[in-house]
Amino acid sequence: MEDIAIVGVAQTKFEREKRDLNYAELVYGVVTELFEKTGATHQDVDNIVTASSDFWDGRTISSMAIQSAVGAYMKSESKVSSDGTLALLYGAMRILSGQFKTTLVVAHSKGSEGAPNLIANAAFDPVYQRQLGIDFHVASALQARAYMQKYGLTEQDVALVSVKNLANAKKNPYAQVAGDFTVDDVMNSGYLAEPIKTLDASPISDGACAVLLAHADVASRFTDKPVWLKGVGHCQDGYYLGDRDLTTSPALAAAARRAYQMASIDDPLKQLDVAEIYDAYSYQELMWTEALGFCQPGEGVQLLKSGVTAINGSLPVNPSGGLLAAHAFLAAGLVRVIECVLQLRGEAGEHQIPHAKTALAHGSFGFCGQTHCVWILSAER
Amino acid sequence: MSEEIIVHRTALSIPYAWAAGRHATRFYREIAEHRKLFGTRCPRCQRVLFPARKACSRCFTETTDWVEVGPRGTVTSFTVVHYAEPQIQPLPPPLAYALIQLDGADTAFIHLVSEVNVAEIKTGMRVEAVFAESPQGNILDVKFFKPITQG
Ligand SMILES: [Zn+2]
Repeated sequence: MEDIAIVGVAQTKFEREKRDLNYAELVYGVVTELFEKTGATHQDVDNIVTASSDFWDGRTISSMAIQSAVGAYMKSESKVSSDGTLALLYGAMRILSGQFKTTLVVAHSKGSEGAPNLIANAAFDPVYQRQLGIDFHVASALQARAYMQKYGLTEQDVALVSVKNLANAKKNPYAQVAGDFTVDDVMNSGYLAEPIKTLDASPISDGACAVLLAHADVASRFTDKPVWLKGVGHCQDGYYLGDRDLTTSPALAAAARRAYQMASIDDPLKQLDVAEIYDAYSYQELMWTEALGFCQPGEGVQLLKSGVTAINGSLPVNPSGGLLAAHAFLAAGLVRVIECVLQLRGEAGEHQIPHAKTALAHGSFGFCGQTHCVWILSAER
Repeated sequence: MSEEIIVHRTALSIPYAWAAGRHATRFYREIAEHRKLFGTRCPRCQRVLFPARKACSRCFTETTDWVEVGPRGTVTSFTVVHYAEPQIQPLPPPLAYALIQLDGADTAFIHLVSEVNVAEIKTGMRVEAVFAESPQGNILDVKFFKPITQG
């Protein structure tokens, strides 16, 4: 990949309801914060890519309402209605086109303002599925059970993911849910859709985030600590859940393979220093670590229990707390990228992984990980 | 100054009229007229895809044969839902959904499981379709699946 760097990042604190700011104001706040941090001005931004959803915002053309908030007046702005990691991919491709030197990538969501289960239900096709009343929890619960049964995992095994990540989140000032929870706390948190309990599921969050991408020619204008895009892979699984083997994620494995190849990663467990992955539900962290090649299929739980993915382990996974700590829809994947950037710049504060040089950020979209995007980021060009 | 923020509460209500297409129309007509479930076979990978559809999701190939499947099948995963979402859920909680692999089909699909103590649902359980008395041309023309008590 031609050299493109992330030269600045900003994110809001994630909260259940951010009523002080309407969603355009929320976006304006995060973009102005990014400009303050980088010294970039509105004039420095060549073009803008945003990630948001008409359904979640409850309006047609969700990007229209944030045009002025991202400074898009008389500029090129285009929207991705999918995870923010894909907006980053689109933004990087615009720089690769040779037409632009900088791209501002912004994602936002206020999950508190819609009805998440009804919005999720509307993602199922009206011909064969929607009237069944299924939603994200139902789809994920079917995947969780299929996966857990295949490898003989207990609900207590899976609860360890929440215990780890919510404790990590105590050190992340942007997190929404954090604390010293025990396996029993998770077990007693009440079933949503069996085997998924409240503390196995990511919260509904309001928040926004922004990333400034720059071509190597101009990166030094904005920072002396650029973070370089070293590899990316993106792949889709099937749409109908019944067509898939839900116990495995060949699409994530394929996305990871492409990203690793581009970044010359042969042994991710050894070569990566930190990973931020899209654990919308606790069991997903186990499945995704397997698909990312950190361990063999079915061994995600052993990897977790061995302490490798703990914040002081050899490959910390979600030291920020991940999605279980905050899940602003569509923004959550781009937040994973931002957390990796903070780690690689040594700016992650209390959840800093010492000497992190190479990081993996993972975003996902759709039911049970239908689409995946994997980024490899490095402090070194 | 501590002022309560104004919150605009409203709802979008937009009617749609989604054409089901020829394949789904025939699928629902077979239920309405014969109480039969059909999938379609992909000529390339030979999988019988259920519910019936025009093209194979993997091979990008048009399906050819119509194949009767079920009405019996096997639960490959299931969940019991404990929250109420009355605008979308067809039954009150606790309600059960399962991934069901119908006999003769190569794909599973999601449907309701009812007429059962939800605590007794298990993977591997044999179930059969219960058809609605007056079909409407949608997926609830199969009202739900129920356990096969014998045979
Ligand atoms: Zn096929």
